[in-house]
Amino acid sequence: MQPFKPVLLEAVGVPNGYTIASYKSRGGYAPLEKILAEKQPAEVVEMVKASGLRGRGGAGFSTGLKWTFLPKDHPGPIYLCINADESEPGTFNNRILMEDDPHQVIEGIILSAYATRASTAYIYLRYEYPQSWHRLEAAIDEAYAAGYLGKNIRGTNFSLDIYLHRGAAAYICGEETGLIESLEGKRAWPRIKPPFPAIEGLFHKPTVVNNIETMACVAQIARRGIEWFKSIGVPADPNNPRDPGSYGPKLYCLSGHVEKPGCYEAPLGITARELINHFGGGVWKGRKAKAVIPGGISMGLMTESELDTPLDFAGPGKVGCLGLGTAAVVVIDDQTSIVDFLHNSCRFFAHESCGQCTPCREGTSWSLRMLERMKAGKGRLKDLDILLEIGNTMGMMPGSTICGLADGAAWPIKNAIKKFRGEFEDYIKRTNPSGWMVTDPVPALQIVGAH
Amino acid sequence: MPVVIVDGQEIEIGADERLNCIEAARRAGKEIPHYCWHPGLSVVASCRMCLIETGQRDAATGKISMVPKLVPGCQTPVKDGTVIVTESPLVKESRARVEEALLIDHPIDCPICDKAGECLLQDYHFEHGQAERRADLHPFTSRKRDMGPTVTLFVDRCIMCTRCVRFTREISGTAELMVTSRGAKEEIDVFPGHPLDNKLSGNVVDLCPVGALGDKDFLYQQRVWFLKREANVCGGCSAGCSIFTEHNQDAVYRLKPRENPHVNKWWICDDGRYGWHHLHDSSRILEASRKAVRPDRRDNGSVTPAVETIEWSDVVTKLRADLKAAGRLAVAVSPMLTIEEAWMLCAVARSIDPQAWLAPGFVPVTGNDESFPGDFTIRAEKCPNRRGIEEVLALYGAGGRSWNDLVAHVAAAHADAAWITGGYPGPWIDTATAESFAGLGQLVVQDLFDSPLMRLASWRLPAAGFAERAGTWVNVAHHAQSFSQAIRPPAGVWPEGRLFWNMLGRRGLYDPVSVRQQIAGSSAALAALAGEMPATGVDLRIHQLA
Repeated sequence: MQPFKPVLLEAVGVPNGYTIASYKSRGGYAPLEKILAEKQPAEVVEMVKASGLRGRGGAGFSTGLKWTFLPKDHPGPIYLCINADESEPGTFNNRILMEDDPHQVIEGIILSAYATRASTAYIYLRYEYPQSWHRLEAAIDEAYAAGYLGKNIRGTNFSLDIYLHRGAAAYICGEETGLIESLEGKRAWPRIKPPFPAIEGLFHKPTVVNNIETMACVAQIARRGIEWFKSIGVPADPNNPRDPGSYGPKLYCLSGHVEKPGCYEAPLGITARELINHFGGGVWKGRKAKAVIPGGISMGLMTESELDTPLDFAGPGKVGCLGLGTAAVVVIDDQTSIVDFLHNSCRFFAHESCGQCTPCREGTSWSLRMLERMKAGKGRLKDLDILLEIGNTMGMMPGSTICGLADGAAWPIKNAIKKFRGEFEDYIKRTNPSGWMVTDPVPALQIVGAH
Repeated sequence: MPVVIVDGQEIEIGADERLNCIEAARRAGKEIPHYCWHPGLSVVASCRMCLIETGQRDAATGKISMVPKLVPGCQTPVKDGTVIVTESPLVKESRARVEEALLIDHPIDCPICDKAGECLLQDYHFEHGQAERRADLHPFTSRKRDMGPTVTLFVDRCIMCTRCVRFTREISGTAELMVTSRGAKEEIDVFPGHPLDNKLSGNVVDLCPVGALGDKDFLYQQRVWFLKREANVCGGCSAGCSIFTEHNQDAVYRLKPRENPHVNKWWICDDGRYGWHHLHDSSRILEASRKAVRPDRRDNGSVTPAVETIEWSDVVTKLRADLKAAGRLAVAVSPMLTIEEAWMLCAVARSIDPQAWLAPGFVPVTGNDESFPGDFTIRAEKCPNRRGIEEVLALYGAGGRSWNDLVAHVAAAHADAAWITGGYPGPWIDTATAESFAGLGQLVVQDLFDSPLMRLASWRLPAAGFAERAGTWVNVAHHAQSFSQAIRPPAGVWPEGRLFWNMLGRRGLYDPVSVRQQIAGSSAALAALAGEMPATGVDLRIHQLA
C-alpha cells in the first residue's frame, strides 16, 4: 500500500506535543485566525460540506449537511456538543487525540462553533478518561490565555466558551440525544425524534452533536484545504446515488488478536486485511483470523473471507455488517469460540441497554440468558432461531426501538448466527448431547411464593 | 377537512385537531394497544406496544407510499392523507413479541394480584399475545416495596411504562418516583427518605396499566369483577371532580377518576379518593327520631335525652305538623345538597311557613386552594354545591345570605323553629355556635353524624352521603354535573331528596330529572340545566352568554 504520513496523529510521539506551543509550531491556530478574519460562518459550513467530511462518531452522516439543518436566523443560543463519550468496545481513537493533541480538537471546536454560530460548546467526556480530562482542561486554559476562547475572539464579535463535562459512565450516554439528556442532568434515556437536536436539542435549543475526531478533521481541513482532504479516501460510487463517498484520513483502532495493536491513521478505504497485516503485524502467534469486528462490537462480524472489504463508510455494509462505526477493528483468532464472543457481546449490551424500549430491554437480557444457558451446557438448537428472531426484530431499523443501541446489540447476534451457525450447532450438540433437540414449550410455572 | 385512512376506512378529523395515530384510529373504532402513552402525560414512545404501519396518500395522484418500518402510533401525528394500518401481519407479530418480552420477567401471579380483571397486560396478552411461552427463564420473584402511605409497589410486575414517574414529575410536580438501575434490572423506586406522599399520589395506581402499583386502601379488599361502577361526582370540595363510585352490595370499595376535560381531566386527589369511608362509619345516624314527651333520663349527672323513633312514613306528616305549630321557620340549605334537593327543601319550607327565612348552610373551608403543575386544583371550600344552592336560594328571594346571617337571625329570636340540613362528613359546628339554637321551639337537624347541634335537636334526621344522593351539583367554576344514586343508604334511611319529594306530596319515587327540568324552566340562571345532561356536565355561564 501507499506510504501515508499521519496527519491527525501528527503530535503522537512529539515531546510535549499536547501543549499550545507545540501545536502552533506545527501550524496550528493559524488557519483559525485566518478564517475568523476572512470568512463568514456560512463559508466555513460550505467548506466542510464541500470537503465531504462525514461524522467519525459511527453513523457517518455528513458533518456540513448536519450543520445546515440548524434553523436560519435563530436568535440563539445554539449549542455545540462534542461527543467524547467514547464507549464502543475496542475504540480509543478519541482518547489518543484528546491526550496527545488536544489543541487540534479545540481548534476544530472553535471553527465548528464559528460555523454553527454557537457561543457555547460542551465536551461530554467519558468518565473513565482521567488523563484526557487533565490534558483537555490544561489545553482549554491555554486556549483562553492565548485568546482563542472567551469573549470577542481575536477582535471579532465571535465569542465562545468551552465547558468540559465529565460523563455519567454509561454506554448510552454516547447516543446523541442520550448525551443531551445526560448533559441536562437527567437519566441518559435517548429522546424520541423528531424533533431532531438541530431543531430542539440541549435545553430545548438548536444543538449540533459532533465527535472528537470529526473536530480534528475540521481543523485539518481548515489547515490543508478541501482538495487535500478529498484526495484521500474513496470517492462516491457513481452507481449508488445515496453514497456520498468516504473522504479523508481515519483513525483505525486495531485490537484483539494481532501482533501490534494500536491506533493507526490510514486513508478511508483500507481493507481489513491490509490494516491487520500492514499495521498490526498480522494475526498473533501465526494464527489465522476467524472473524473481525469492522468498527466496534455493535457493527457485527466479518469472516476471514470477507477481510478484503474496504473499511470505508459503505464497505462493511456490503458484507452484512451494520457499518464502519468507529472503525475499531477487533481481530478474533481461529482458536476463539464464537459462542464466547457472542456471550461477551450480549453481556455488554444487556448491561448497557438503557431499559427504555421494551424490545431492547428484554431482548438484550433474554439473549444473554440464552447464551448463558448455552454456555452452561443446556443450549438447544431452538435457541438459535429465537436469537436470530431477536436479532432481526430489535432496533431502530425495524422500528422497534428509539435509538440505535438495539441495532448495535442485534447485529453481532445476527451476524454471528448467520455466519457461524455451524459452530453454534456443533457447540450445542457437543455440550448438550441429550437435550439439544428439545423444542417443547416451556413447562408450567413454579408456584410463586406469597408476598 | 383532513381525511385519515385507518385500515382502509376513511375518517374525517377536525381541521385544527392534533391527533396521534392512537386517537385517530379510535375514531375509526380501532383500538391500538398501548401501555406508556397516556393523553395526560408526555409522550415517551418506549413500550413499543402501539407500533403500527403508516403511510401517506398523495393528494394529487392518490398513490399511497408506506413508511418502510414500524412506527409508534403514540408519537406519530396524523395529517390529511395519513394511512394507518393496525392489523397487518407485521404489526401483529410485533405486538406478540412485545407481549412476550414484557412477560419474560413478569411473575404472572394474577391469582393473587389486585389488578387481575382490569389489567392491560392480561387483556393485551389474550388479544395480541402468543399461546406458547418460549422463554423458560427462572426464577420469578415477586417483591413488594413500600412507596409511601398510600401506594405499594409490586416490583416485578412492573413493565416500565414510566407513567407513574411522569405523573409525579408533570402533574403533581413532586417528582418522588424515579427509575433505578438499567436494562432489564430497572425498577421504579423512591428517593431515600422521600416517600411517595402527595395529595395526588393515588392517581399513579390508576395510571399503572399492570398490577405493579397497588392502592393500600383497596388492596385485597375486593375482586374487581365484583365491582359495579356508577358515574358520580366527588363531594369532597368545590372542584366537583367526576368520579366513578365502585361498589358491591351497597358498599363502596373505591373511587376512581372519571375523565372530564372540563373539570378534573383524568385525575382526582387523595382527599376525594379516600374520602368515602365516612359512608360506612358505624357512628352514622340511621334513625329518624324526635324528643319524647317523657322526661330525660338522668344517671349520675349524665343526661340521656328521651327520644322516640319515628317511622319514615310518619316523618312526612309529623314533622310538617310540628314545624307548622312552632311558628316562624328558618331553614339552612346545606351546600352538600343537590340543587334538586335544595329546591324541594325550599318549597317544603315555604309550604309550611310562607314567610320561611331561607339561608345557605355552613360552608366548610380548610386552608387555601392547592394547585398542582398539571393544572389541577384542590379547593379549600370543602363542599360540592355552594354555587348551586345560592342559585336556588336566589330563586326563592333569599340570595346574598350566609350561614352566619342565619345564626344571627336565630340568635336575635326572629325564628321559632329552625331546620338545619347538613350531610357533612366530619365535625363542623362548635358548642358555642350550637347554643344559639338552644331556645327554639323546634330544631330539626338532618346530618350524617352526631354534633353539638344534633344534641340540641328536637328532630334528629339522618342525612345521605354523597354516593347515596341523586341530583346536580354546581362546582366552583359554575360547571353543573348530574349524577344518580350509586348505593342505597344504610338501614332504610331516606335520602333528603326522597323525604322532600314525599313532603311535597309528589307521587312515586323521587325523580331528580323532573325536578331539574322544573328548576331549569323557572330560572334564567339555571336554564342550561334543561334537557339531557351530558356525562361531563354543562357550564352554566357559557349558556348564559349564548
